[in-house]
Order: sequence, then C-alpha cells, then structure tokens
Amino acid sequence: MANKKCAIAFSGTQEQEQELMEVISSYKEEKGALMPVLQKAQEIYGYLPVEVLQMISTGLDISMAEIYGVATFYSQFSLNPKGKYKISVCLGTACYVKGAGDIFDKFAEKLDIKGGECTPDGKFSLDACRCIGACGLAPVLTVNDEVYGRLSADDVDDILAKYSE
Amino acid sequence: MGNVNIKINGMSLTVPQGSTILEAARLAGIEIPTLCYLKDINAIGACRICVVEVKGARSLVAACVHPVSEGMEITTNSPQVLKSRKLTLELILSTHDRKCLSCVKSGDCELQSLCKSMGVDDELKYEGECPTYDIDDSAVHMYRDNNKCILCRRCVAACSNLQTVSVIDTVNRGFNTQIASAFEVGLSETSCVSCGQCIVACPTGALAEKDDTQKVLDAIADPDKHVIVQTAPSIRVTLGEAFGMPVGTNVKGKMVAALRRLGFDEVFDTDFAADLTIMEEANEFLTRVKNGGKLPLITSCSPGWVKFCEYYYPDFIENLSSCKSPQQMFGAIAKTYYAKKMGLDPKDIYVVGVMPCTAKKFEVGREFENAADVPDVDVAITTRELSRMINRAGIIFNSLPDEEFDPALGSSTGAAVIFGATGGVMEAALRTAVESLTGEKLQKLDFDDVRGTQGIKEATYNVAGMDVKVAVASGLSNARKLLDDIKAGKADYHFIEIMGCPGGCVNGGGQPIQSASVKNFVDLQAERAKTIYAEDQQLPIRKSHENPVIKEIYDEFLEKPGSHKAHEVLHTKYIARKRTF
Repeated sequence: MANKKCAIAFSGTQEQEQELMEVISSYKEEKGALMPVLQKAQEIYGYLPVEVLQMISTGLDISMAEIYGVATFYSQFSLNPKGKYKISVCLGTACYVKGAGDIFDKFAEKLDIKGGECTPDGKFSLDACRCIGACGLAPVLTVNDEVYGRLSADDVDDILAKYSE
Repeated sequence: MGNVNIKINGMSLTVPQGSTILEAARLAGIEIPTLCYLKDINAIGACRICVVEVKGARSLVAACVHPVSEGMEITTNSPQVLKSRKLTLELILSTHDRKCLSCVKSGDCELQSLCKSMGVDDELKYEGECPTYDIDDSAVHMYRDNNKCILCRRCVAACSNLQTVSVIDTVNRGFNTQIASAFEVGLSETSCVSCGQCIVACPTGALAEKDDTQKVLDAIADPDKHVIVQTAPSIRVTLGEAFGMPVGTNVKGKMVAALRRLGFDEVFDTDFAADLTIMEEANEFLTRVKNGGKLPLITSCSPGWVKFCEYYYPDFIENLSSCKSPQQMFGAIAKTYYAKKMGLDPKDIYVVGVMPCTAKKFEVGREFENAADVPDVDVAITTRELSRMINRAGIIFNSLPDEEFDPALGSSTGAAVIFGATGGVMEAALRTAVESLTGEKLQKLDFDDVRGTQGIKEATYNVAGMDVKVAVASGLSNARKLLDDIKAGKADYHFIEIMGCPGGCVNGGGQPIQSASVKNFVDLQAERAKTIYAEDQQLPIRKSHENPVIKEIYDEFLEKPGSHKAHEVLHTKYIARKRTF
C-alpha cells in the first residue's frame, strides 16, 4: 500500500497546539465542524500533517479515515508543508500549450515528488498553479517570488541548481 | 401510515405510503436492480443502476431512495431505462479489473450478474485510462483490492454506520477517488476490528477474506498430523446457502458428512466448547456477584467485539469475561485433555475452526491463547472457505447423507446451539446461572426477552431474591450506544452479552454472501436465527451443565468451574490497544 504520510518531521509548537485546541473546542458542538476546523488548522500550521489530523480526530470524535477523505477531496487542503523554495508551475491554457506540462513532469522526476508534495529535506515543494497573468512569457513558473518565463524542460536543471547551494 | 395509489408499468397498485419505488415495485413482483443500495446500511442513490422513469419527472430517478406518492406513474423497463442501466455498467467496467475467471467472487458477483442480465455485450466498450492500485493484504483476516472496487461505498457504510469503526472512507477526488484508510496505510495499521462486515457488504471481489484453505489441505495431507475440525454453532444454519439451499436450512448432518469426506481425522463441534464457556462464564458471573467483583460482566465470545473493546473502550476491559471464546476453549481442551486421553503430543494435533467470522483469524494469533504452549487453534476458516473446499473436493453436498459428530468432543446442548444468534449466550448463561442460584429446575427454558434481532435488548429477572439486570447488544454501533449509556450513568446492568456483528454470528462477516437483491427483502438474521432456535427446541439436553461430556471433563481434568486448572486452560487476558488510524 502506498502510504501517504508526509516524510518531513512534524515540528508543531506548544502555542500552535494551544491555538488548535481552542479552535476545536469552539466548534465542537456545531454540526459540520470539520471543514472550518481543518481550515483554521491549516492557517495555524500551514499544512495538515498526521499529527494535526489526529488532534482533530480526537477533539471532534471523527474518524481519521473520514477526516482524511475530506482533506483529500478539497484542493485547498495540503497534507504537505511548503518547501523553503516553493515551485509553482503555471498549467493555465497558454502555458500548457507551450509545454508547461513537460516542465512540471521534469521537476517531479528530478525532485522525486508529486504535485502538492515537498522533498524530504524540506527544500523544494512543487505545485501546479493556474494562470498568473504572464501569458506573454509562457510557459512560466515561480520559485517563491521569482518569476521564470519562456522556458523548456531543459531549463529545469539550471533552475534547481540555482537553489541547491 | 396510510396507503397511496400508484401505477407501475401500467399496473394499478396500492402500496404503503413512505415506500420507496424499489419496495413498491417488489410488491408488484418487479425486481429493480441495485448496486450501491443495501437496506438499512446504504441508501445514497449514487450508482444509478436502479433508475426508473417517473411520469412528469425531468430525468430518470433512483428507485432505491425515491418515495412513492399518490398518483405516481412509474415505468421500470422502458428502452430509456434499460439503455441507461447498460451504459452505467459499461462505464463501471471501463475502470474495473475484469479478471473474472480467477476472481473469488466469480459466479456470486453482483456486477457480473447485472452485466449478464442487462445484456452488456462488450466489456471494453469504453476502454481508456484505468487506475491501478496495490492490493492491501496487510491484515491477517482479509485483503482489499481496489482494482475491483466500483465505489458503491457499501463497505464504508458498513464500517461507519453499522459498526462505528470507520477505518475506511472515500478519499481523493474525481478519477482518483478510491476507498482507503487515512493516509492510505494498510488495514493492519488501522484500528480495524476484523469483523468482516465490509466483506459481506461488497458486491464485487474487491474485499475478501484471506483464504486459508491451503493450510488446512496441507495439514490433512500430512500423515504426522492429527487434524481435527470444529464447527461453530451458526455454520449448520448457513452453509447450505452456499449450495443453493434456502436461507435458514439446517444442514448439520450434511456438514458433518462433508467434513469427514474432506479427510479430517475427527469432526467435532464448537458447541461442546460453548457449553464449557457457559460453565466458566456463569461461574465467573456468580463469583463476581458474590465477591463484589467488577460488574457488569460482559461476554467475550466475539473476537470482533473484544478487539473493539480493546481499541475503543479500554475502560471496559476489566468488565470483559476472562473466558476464552468457544473456538479457543475447544482448541485448548483438544491440546490438553484430549491429547492426553488419546496419547497424542499437542504439537501433532492440528485444530481447524470453521467459523462465521473473519475476526477468528485474528483471534487464533492472540497472545495468552496457548494452553499447551502451542496455539490453541491452528487456523480458522470461514463458512465461505469451507464451501470452497467442499466444491473443490468434488463432494456433491446436497446429496450427502446426514451424519453425526464424533463423540469425544462432539456432544452438545441446545444452550450451545443458540450461541449463534444474538441473545443466545445470555440465554444459555441464564439457564445455568439461574438453576445454580436457586438450586431448582427451571420450569421454562426460553428467555424470550433476550431473543430477536433488535440491536439492544434489556430484561430484568428476579433470581433467588435478586433482580438481575441484563442487556444484549449486537452490532458495534449498538455496543457503542450501550457502553456510552453506562458511562454516562444512564444505564446499569449486571450482565451484558455483546456480539460484534448485527444479529450475532448468524450474520457474521465470514458467512455466505447473499446478494443485495436477497438481503434487501429477506431478513437473513431472523431467518437464520429461527433455525437455530428450532434446533435448540428439539435437542434432548438444553442446558450446558447437563452435558455429560462437560461433566466428565470437570471430573477427570478441570475439577470445577473457575478452578486453578480451568483458569490455566480456559481463560485469557486482554490488552488496551492504542487507536491509530
């Protein structure tokens, strides 16, 4: 079985846990509490690791399987943290027809992660995004706030090298 | 509730208000096919196989969830309906692993039979991308093969609604949707209780027990092994279904004959050990009452329930009877008392349990279940696996003669037979405990209040001046409700029977699988239980303490119920388990 637990160690703080507990207790009695609690939890931690889902499961008395089902249904929820360098490849129409899909696949292959995941060292995360309004530069991607345009899959190594020191 | 007048396929009909179209059509002798719908378990109208035309409706409606109303005109077999059903099946097949020839469900598969009846003539009509999944065979009792899953969610509903265990759910989205546990870990990493209710809910071959028949065949073929088989109380009233007999047929005699022809050295009855369980458990109850021990005492025959208690209600572990289950008591006696009597080394005895239950596969590997320093029971197979062995051996089951169990560990009472139905253990224990407390013979042996298929039953019996409050729960959602009430101080009992599966062992996760078309209209639990109680009624001895073999074993070996020796051989321990996924 493919185990989808995040490879990066959980590093939540006491303060974050305290905050989450308050959120859980404020929603506990409400019907449909799971969605808002997951949203707040993601605000607090930046993502939804096993440890956080377990706190929610215990707190709201909802099974882990059900919570995981909800968290994987909505694309707004992320089970993985963002890397130090957050790579977002635009898969909007213009970029896509100019070969952004190949670029995305090359990153996934080089980093050995799938879209939405983060490398085990926490350095790179890979996401597909929709149009960032720079179609003139298609295909385009961003690494944190840096924009790269008019790319081909051959540029992937150079981009990664730049952040690999 | 009143009635409404409707028309189905042009026929005028008066049906109870509140019926679904599916139920109403059945009253008119029309079967509407279903796939995701399972009465009392899953009614989500998702699969669209049961669609019908309703005059005036904008589109086809799902008969399984759509209620009838006055004047409704329904067509269940129009060209549009039939075309829609066929299309739905063709689309399901486009992502279905069509290895039907080698599939465990071949011949009993609801998808397969629907394709046949709906005239699907090209399984590759919509060939395209097909997701592939690793088979999860991490658990000891079953495997999950999502390649054969059609996402009907019957298993999810069984796990969540029926059992409140909820270790599987629908995960991911769209084309990537699959049934999985949290973080897609293997079932063995979850807090699954091994009950197998998901398996009997599954319409296809996506879920099945781990087949242990080869282990049994190997043991039988080994000349150094003395292979003995025991059959649980409920097997005799369900095995016949696997050979096309009506639900509730008692095939005890044929079952024994088949086992003998399969080559077992001795064919014994778990019922004998059920009588032994009653001796020990009734004694444990009386001792706890007398000595102010932990009450309520809760039965421990059902390994799915025991595991549920260990995971979800560890506070109640002290309440669990320390008695091993009948399967394990049987094995323990076979490898101690019987081994000695027969001059056999316990290591050379191979004990096979034929069980209604997948959790029994987990139970045989539990700690503290090895009275002779070898596992009490070597392998547990389900009713389904036994039927497979019988078929494979070429035994024509339906024309077998009726034979009797071998006498050594094969004699039992009516009290033991009723273990197979919810309330049976309670009734059997009461028959013995009441006579022991009062010192008088019971006038009436039937404790009707604890019979029946309701999820929770309660009764109070005045015994020798004491009001004994008992409760019976079957199905883990009911167990949960009962235990929560006790925790909250809303309920208070002396003695509780809990069975993991709804209706008890007759409806266990290892029993023959009836398709939804049967289950939606036949109460399997009630029909099978009826045969159990009929068997009890006609047996000459109906109280465990009157079983002559049991008396002999206490005289020769165990001394008396609850003795030091009895504890060594027949009792066990439990552990609090940490909930994971």
